[in-house]
Amino acid sequence: MHADPAGVLTGAHFLDGDHAACEGALAAECRFVAGYPITPSTEVVERIAQRFPQVGGVFIQMEDELASSIAIAGAVWGGKRAMTVTSGPGFSLMMEHVGFAVMTETPCVFINVQRGGPSTGLPTLPAQADMMQARWGSHGDYEIVALSPNSPQECFDLTFKAFNLAEQYRIPVLVMMDECVGHMMERVVVPRHEELEIYPRKWTKAAPGEYLPYAPGEDLVPAMARAGQGYRFHMTGLTHNERGYPDMSVAAQARLVTRLTDKIKKNADALQDVVEDGVEGADAVVVCYGITSRVALPAIEACRASGLKVGWLRLRTVWPFPERLIRDLASRPHAFVVPELNMGQMVREVERCAGAARVVAVPHAGGTVHDPAVIERAIREAVR
Amino acid sequence: MSEQANPVERYLRSERIPHIWCPGCGIGTTVNCFTRAIDESGIPMDRLAVVSGIGCTGRVAGYMHVDSFHTTHGRAIPFATGLKLAAPGMKVVVYSGDGDLFAIGGNHFIHAARRNLDMTVVCVNNLTYGMTGGQLTPTTPEEAIASTSPYGNFEQPFNLPYLAESCGAVYVARWTTYHVTHLKKAMREALLKKGFSFVEVISPCPTLYGRRNRIGDGLDEVKTYKQRSVIRHGAPTNEVSLGMSGPIVVGKFVDRERPTYQDAMDQFYSRKLGDRYARASQ
Repeated sequence: MHADPAGVLTGAHFLDGDHAACEGALAAECRFVAGYPITPSTEVVERIAQRFPQVGGVFIQMEDELASSIAIAGAVWGGKRAMTVTSGPGFSLMMEHVGFAVMTETPCVFINVQRGGPSTGLPTLPAQADMMQARWGSHGDYEIVALSPNSPQECFDLTFKAFNLAEQYRIPVLVMMDECVGHMMERVVVPRHEELEIYPRKWTKAAPGEYLPYAPGEDLVPAMARAGQGYRFHMTGLTHNERGYPDMSVAAQARLVTRLTDKIKKNADALQDVVEDGVEGADAVVVCYGITSRVALPAIEACRASGLKVGWLRLRTVWPFPERLIRDLASRPHAFVVPELNMGQMVREVERCAGAARVVAVPHAGGTVHDPAVIERAIREAVR
Repeated sequence: MSEQANPVERYLRSERIPHIWCPGCGIGTTVNCFTRAIDESGIPMDRLAVVSGIGCTGRVAGYMHVDSFHTTHGRAIPFATGLKLAAPGMKVVVYSGDGDLFAIGGNHFIHAARRNLDMTVVCVNNLTYGMTGGQLTPTTPEEAIASTSPYGNFEQPFNLPYLAESCGAVYVARWTTYHVTHLKKAMREALLKKGFSFVEVISPCPTLYGRRNRIGDGLDEVKTYKQRSVIRHGAPTNEVSLGMSGPIVVGKFVDRERPTYQDAMDQFYSRKLGDRYARASQ
């Protein structure tokens, strides 16, 4: 490996998705990772452990996922870009700190390489069954951003992008991989350092005496201060005012929670990231993400070969869900077909937005990918 | 007559006073000692961070006029771990209660001590959960009444100095809120000690512990500390466990040297990787 001095592994490589995600984080100037071993995500931190000492990063293997998921918050307030990496059971343990990062507006990245569940489930086999947990898993009301790569290249690209979105909105961003994209090996092209656009952290320009840690700018995002710079700021997971002090009032709760959710709701269009093929004028649109978006392709091709107009709508940003896009589309095709490696999660979102259009779920309990023939049958049934 | 500023005041967010603690609570006394210890330590306030978990003592961070972090229940130490490793120039102090640090957060305490992370942990041990109404904690003495042990506690509690020493802490002391001068000195020593330092402070909770256990009000509880305390510097920590009666052994029990996590990491990687090792920048 010949990374440049900035730690970017510029060039074309043959990598699995876990390793590509590691390189995406390095390219995004992530320099603190806390993790706890769990299949099938461990390869991400193994590579981090090997790479970090040579690029000025700190990796620490914590005692559990509870610790990992808040150690990264500490590192962020110490000035680093930081992430943690896990799979199913570990993701469950991290839920409280997803909410903590939302509430304290701590920019950070969580990677979940999904495996079969519930509980210990299928540690070495794929699923996409944590999609609703990603959206709703922490207590309280909040919005979240979650991305879903479908190849090792996208594990690089979307992990890199996750860091930028985290900084732009001061939020935790979830990268929802799955065991298949995590372990498949493909060509991954890493750009040169100069070609990478890194969204800088929004540091405050206020003088220490005048700084209000939670006073938002016009973009609804407050400017951050780093520990040790004389700001003597306070942060808390309690409902707080613009000074960052606890405020147990109905008004403070309404103000804060509304702003935290608006940061994402009002930017839903900017956050939308989908890939479309043949959606315009289609009789049926297959809405899919992650590994299933690739498994659906032969099914779509087979239907098209027999004269059906079938669209492919792949979500790269899964949360916020592209509501408006689905509503707009819903007036045109007869049906949406939603294959996913769970018993029916994102299909609920499609149903919510589909209006009178037909919605056909193609569930799968996980452990392997769909047989494309099953998806093909569902498409044919949907347009009948 | 000229007005003299209270020496403690500059360390506190005076606009946030009055605080939430009950009359007779010992947490304020520990904070008073802590501010004086900072003052004597010479550590600049801008280089000091206080991290708390959840609970009555968890509110300390919010009253300290330094960079302060009120985190989640039990997780002050792992937050502080990330902060310290990202900003090694900071002096990081974890200030929390017995339930937060040793029940829900116990796993993090033992591992931070094992790693010898360069931080100070202050545990205000009031032998109960105050914020939630006086439940049993891992330090509640046997026989003591708590809201979740209404007939008395039959579990064996932790002996915190013994636990801290066994796990690798380089500095371990215990005092009570009666011993304000000793406590201040121990906190100063802990602040200036490189590595994982631990100060336990036995502290009254008259509202939820003293009253239930017929000790009386906060002052009565402090009087029992005065009567029961025995100063034994260097006492073997396996001999300092606490009961409902009998001596409260206080003093400095451990003061030893061991490479910190960061020093060990730097030395190890320098040896293994030579010029290829890139130290983390601050």
